[in-house]
Amino acid sequence: MIVELGTFSLILAFFLSVLLSIVPMVGAQRSSLLLVSYARPLTIGVTFFVGLAFAILVNAFLTNDFSVQYVANHSNTALPWYYRFSAVWGGHEGSLLLWVLTLAGWTLAVALKSKALPLDIIGRVLGVLGIINAGFLSFVIFTSSPFERLLPRAPAEGADLNPLLQDFGLIVHPPMLYMGYVGFAVAFAFAIAALLSGRMDAAWARWSRPWTNVAWAFLTLGIALGSWWAYYELGWGGWWFWDPVENASLMPWLVGTALIHSLAVTEKRGVFKSWTLLLAIFAFSLSLLGTFLVRSGVLTSVHAFASDPARGFYILVMLAVAVGGSLLLYGIRAAQVKSDSSFTLVSRETLLLVNNVLLTVIAFTVLLGTLYPLLIDALGMGKMSVGPPYFNALTVPLGAMLMVALGVGALVRWRQTDASQLLKRLIGPLVLAVVFGITTMMIRGGEGWDHWTYVGIILAYWIVFCALVDLYDRAGKRSGSLIASLKKLPRAYWGMHLAHLGMAVLAVGVAMVSAFTEHRDLRMAPGDRQEVGEYVFEFKGIEQVQGPNYTSDKGVINVYQDGELYEVMTPEKRLYTARGNVMTEASIDAGLFRDLYVALGEPLEGGAWAIRLQFKPYVRWLWLGGLLMTFGGFLAAMDKRYRKMSQRDAKMA
Amino acid sequence: MNPKRKKRLIIVLMIVFGASAAIGLTMYALSQNINLFYSPTQIAKGEAPAETRIRAGGMVVEGSVKRDPESLLVTFEVTDYENKVAVQYSGILPDLFREGQGIVAQGKLDASGTLQAVEVLAKHDENYMPPEVAEALQKSGKMPLPSKEEFNK
Repeated sequence: MIVELGTFSLILAFFLSVLLSIVPMVGAQRSSLLLVSYARPLTIGVTFFVGLAFAILVNAFLTNDFSVQYVANHSNTALPWYYRFSAVWGGHEGSLLLWVLTLAGWTLAVALKSKALPLDIIGRVLGVLGIINAGFLSFVIFTSSPFERLLPRAPAEGADLNPLLQDFGLIVHPPMLYMGYVGFAVAFAFAIAALLSGRMDAAWARWSRPWTNVAWAFLTLGIALGSWWAYYELGWGGWWFWDPVENASLMPWLVGTALIHSLAVTEKRGVFKSWTLLLAIFAFSLSLLGTFLVRSGVLTSVHAFASDPARGFYILVMLAVAVGGSLLLYGIRAAQVKSDSSFTLVSRETLLLVNNVLLTVIAFTVLLGTLYPLLIDALGMGKMSVGPPYFNALTVPLGAMLMVALGVGALVRWRQTDASQLLKRLIGPLVLAVVFGITTMMIRGGEGWDHWTYVGIILAYWIVFCALVDLYDRAGKRSGSLIASLKKLPRAYWGMHLAHLGMAVLAVGVAMVSAFTEHRDLRMAPGDRQEVGEYVFEFKGIEQVQGPNYTSDKGVINVYQDGELYEVMTPEKRLYTARGNVMTEASIDAGLFRDLYVALGEPLEGGAWAIRLQFKPYVRWLWLGGLLMTFGGFLAAMDKRYRKMSQRDAKMA
Repeated sequence: MNPKRKKRLIIVLMIVFGASAAIGLTMYALSQNINLFYSPTQIAKGEAPAETRIRAGGMVVEGSVKRDPESLLVTFEVTDYENKVAVQYSGILPDLFREGQGIVAQGKLDASGTLQAVEVLAKHDENYMPPEVAEALQKSGKMPLPSKEEFNK
């Protein structure tokens, strides 16, 4: 009975969101305060009923209601309660419901936080979000309802959650990623509202900036968490696979990164306006494309759930409507956009243009590599895949160019900078970066590095030194204490440098992991020893272990450093009994400067096992960089300026 | 030319130059890194190029998996129930690699017609069949029941 209420509240939420997509839009058109004021209660209603439906599904999972097909397929009484909870989004239907819940949550946040916005803008923003809500709710209701019953023959036991998903990663990775994906819907809604109302001035950029920053920060966090999860769970120690589904999240991130920079230019200088609008449209379209790629089953990947042509078709239609409609609107309106100011060649505007061009080019090459196999297949020209070397060959040099521009961008001023002055200021960081970079590599020594390793390390120093020069310019030259003047710098400024530092840390991680990882796959009988890096691994044997819903072969491996026992590592091979799945559970000794990674392969003759031993220097820096970017994004969004400005806007409106 | 136009020209040229360089590089990189899929029948007919990175896949033939007792070297055969191709691989096989299971191997064909695999892929789901394999099996008319749709559920 309660489960049927779930379907019912989804339908109610759908009708409310249809109203939300019509009433405030009409109100905004007719400047009717009454009609626009319906937007907030309607948004609250949509969020309430979507939230109710979600809570009902959570309840069905926690109470093991296997009469619900979705629960029966993705849960089991032997699962601990927190995995039963996260199993809610462990399959297609539930994860779409999470998508919709996130969207409703963002819509509510916009409704509550934007009281200062002009009437016509708020009506249209919420109206556009209402359309997106309605689209996805109808998708859930018509093609992917999680509330379908298995009556009268309800199974006594569920089929269990895929053991790959029985992990902390499933609890955090999808919600964070969706917060990012869906957050770009807000930037999209602001862009469409600006186009509809014809107010394509700097103000819309200011309104959408904090939202976009927050969405971008969440997406960064979601991608970093996904990479970390894949690293420890998939059992072979890779951190990025150029899997089409990873690319599906990377593309909106790249365009979103371009968008937050372009928004900065539009807000501060009133240029790049139409380009910024276009980027906002693209960022959300790529989020939709990602959803389509993942959910339609056209891809083969760890993320692809059950494939169903009807679902793929539905999302494709939504994608076509969203992209086609918004680009049409853009085509009609963008010609009216006028720049408020001009800039010269040596200026921050130009550097941010370079940033935007590079990021869009990277996004485009990733898009090409991801869609090319699908295109070839659709044309009946055979099945193929595009390998990681393609993506590495393009993203590495382009990423390096981006980092060069990043350093310069921190030091140029808006509108105009004297070129010779600029060169003088750049010489210091350049020399220091090269000297420090080469010294670091000489001290590190070892084999396996190539010129890209140097480039990565030098550019990381380059970013740091350029940022320090900028900090000195801003704070060091002032009178008064250094601390006091540093404290006066706005949060957005600190957020920027923090995120840029994240980029440098990420580059160090990528360069070091790629160059210095030591990797051995080998056959080890009990008593065998193997040296990897400065450590010696000794295989002691296998113990049988019984888990709550699995049995496990636990390998015992002693690790020695300089002849002393450093630690005992215990990788596992688990057999999940409900479905008979085999899972590799790697054992990882994490450290800031290196990880030791041990995984069991398969049992061989005579008590021996296939064992994977890895020494991964600086691998944590990859995710540390992601975390720094995330904090930078949140910090920038919390800048006091936005609140002050919105109060000012409120007075003016 | 007035300075404004000159600036615009420089920016446009920059974009054009950047874009064409990027597209050129992209196309080159793409052409170097595509791995075409061949079914065992196509390989038996000699359609697959030797010494080029390809993907091949099918069902692992029951009883064909042979391990070297000293190392991680393993040989097995994959079939689309019409023809077979031998695969040689050194390394750790994925968790779901089993006889009778659909897999995809990536590697080069050597002179003897054996695929020297550098990567073996199987999916993390017991009912899963790689779409390439499913299509190859359907082409040879040897798709095991239930049908492809059921299989990939």
